[in-house]
Amino acid sequence: MKAKTADKIATSVIIAVAAFIVLILAGLLGYILFRGVGHISFHFLTSAPETIRKGGGIGPQLFNSVFLLVLTMIITIPIGLGAGIYMSEYAPANRITSAIRLVVEVLSSVPSIIVGLFGLLVLVNLFGFGFSLFSGALALTVFNLPLMVRITEQGLKGVPREQKEASLALGLSKWKTITSVMLPIGLPVILTGTILAAGRVFGEAAALLFTAGMSSPRLDFTDWNPFSPFSPLNPFRPAETLAVHIWKINSEGLAPDAAQIAAGASAVLVITVLLFNFAARWLGRYMYRKFTAIK
Amino acid sequence: MAQSLERQKAKPHLAEEWVGKVYTLLCIAFLIGTIVSIVYFVASKGLSTFFVNHVNVLDLLTGLKWAPEGEPAVFGALPFIFGSFSTSLLAAAIAAPLGFCAAVFMVEIAPKFGRRYLQPVIELLAGIPSVVYGFVGLSVIVPFFRNVFPGQGIGIAAGALVLSIMILPTITTIATDALAALPKGLKEGSFALGATRWQTIYRIVLPTTLPALMTGIVLGIARAFGEALAVQMVIGNAPHIPSSLFESASTLTSAITLSMGNTAMGSLANNALWSLALILMLMTFVFVFIVRFLEGRSKL
Repeated sequence: MKAKTADKIATSVIIAVAAFIVLILAGLLGYILFRGVGHISFHFLTSAPETIRKGGGIGPQLFNSVFLLVLTMIITIPIGLGAGIYMSEYAPANRITSAIRLVVEVLSSVPSIIVGLFGLLVLVNLFGFGFSLFSGALALTVFNLPLMVRITEQGLKGVPREQKEASLALGLSKWKTITSVMLPIGLPVILTGTILAAGRVFGEAAALLFTAGMSSPRLDFTDWNPFSPFSPLNPFRPAETLAVHIWKINSEGLAPDAAQIAAGASAVLVITVLLFNFAARWLGRYMYRKFTAIK
Repeated sequence: MAQSLERQKAKPHLAEEWVGKVYTLLCIAFLIGTIVSIVYFVASKGLSTFFVNHVNVLDLLTGLKWAPEGEPAVFGALPFIFGSFSTSLLAAAIAAPLGFCAAVFMVEIAPKFGRRYLQPVIELLAGIPSVVYGFVGLSVIVPFFRNVFPGQGIGIAAGALVLSIMILPTITTIATDALAALPKGLKEGSFALGATRWQTIYRIVLPTTLPALMTGIVLGIARAFGEALAVQMVIGNAPHIPSSLFESASTLTSAITLSMGNTAMGSLANNALWSLALILMLMTFVFVFIVRFLEGRSKL
């Protein structure tokens, strides 16, 4: 009888904790959206921030975040795919491979602020890229690569052996087999993971403080010459992203409505991350259905 | 004749193969080059405090006073090390039982509901950016602590609470995977002997999956240890060892975040900050090796 009572108590405690976690998330999301959504308006999303006056927006920061995301993915995807393909298809099962695996593991657990400092030292100062979108994108690449490698490996491991063997048996080269047979099959997994990784890039801030910088020049959105210092398209200009902006106004915001701006910007950030999540899920499911012909 | 024809045909085939191999190898080389140069640059900068500026290693690790502007400048990093360890360990102490319960709920009690609702919820927690956690901590947790407990509300308790929510997904996900991978026979044997669910979980499932659960906890601590901005926003950033959980404190990451921009490259104060970064990086390696050790122990 006693064991049964203990079982009942433990079960209810566990259920209560699970409910508590759901409540935390609901409270967290609810709080962020409830506090922030009211502040989001077209003006808020498009206008430039104010330092001491009320009514500043997050236009340039939002643009910078998106631009940085695109730049980072352009650099990350080819390198990450290549390294992932090597790890899953070419790497021989020996000591060197397991050493590389350890390296990837270490790289994935290096704190993002260390990556930021490395970027400051090597990209900003040594290579002379300065505080720029390009430095930021490279730093985020470092930060994102291990993730991309793991995603690719996972995607390729999921490809049925027979399909790979059939392609090789038809006389296709290994590389051709990988690129035209295995990658398309692994694509749903890879794409889903990539979108989730992109969501992480969007919210990342610590690595960007010292690489992309904490300020944005007055952008001129009519100037589309990528070499002009005030053009939004110039990858070699400093750029404050949305996440960095939230951090900055929380620590040293001088505008009278800093709290509202932080709330609004946080809501925008969370909504974007949610969208990335839903997009990844939906796309993954859609492609899975399309490729496997399961209704 | 036939042979030479074959060789000719094989040529583009081989070239293609070669391109693929070289390209993927280059990508791997880039990856390895990156980690090597991160270690090299952080270590050379961090060590120059000792070799160029002749600061004593032990003084830095055990010193209680951090005064880079003082005359003479004093660099004691113990408050930061203490802050980093106390916040991340406390965060793990809060998050580990929660994560474990969530995992048991998802695998043993309500697998359908768990997989459909709780798992996406936890994945969403992982996706929320750290500055947003910092913002929520600053506008909810800190005022709450200020009203309920003596002090300003900022401090190790606030930092640990924010971190515990951030590392909850890491711990939960790994615990869930470990529980789900447990061979069915073990549990069925226990049930067949008349054990209740809780007895089975407590006596069979928990001990068998312990190394994996520990792995999750260590990974959580590692993440908390390296987290910079969320902690910086709620901990108060005073470079001393606090006497209470609700008194302003500082961590390695928050010290670096706040001061790195204000010191000149190559100066003593700047090098000392790089030494903090070096400590942070070495701790990362320690965590990775603990995880490797634990993974070797688990024989599921």
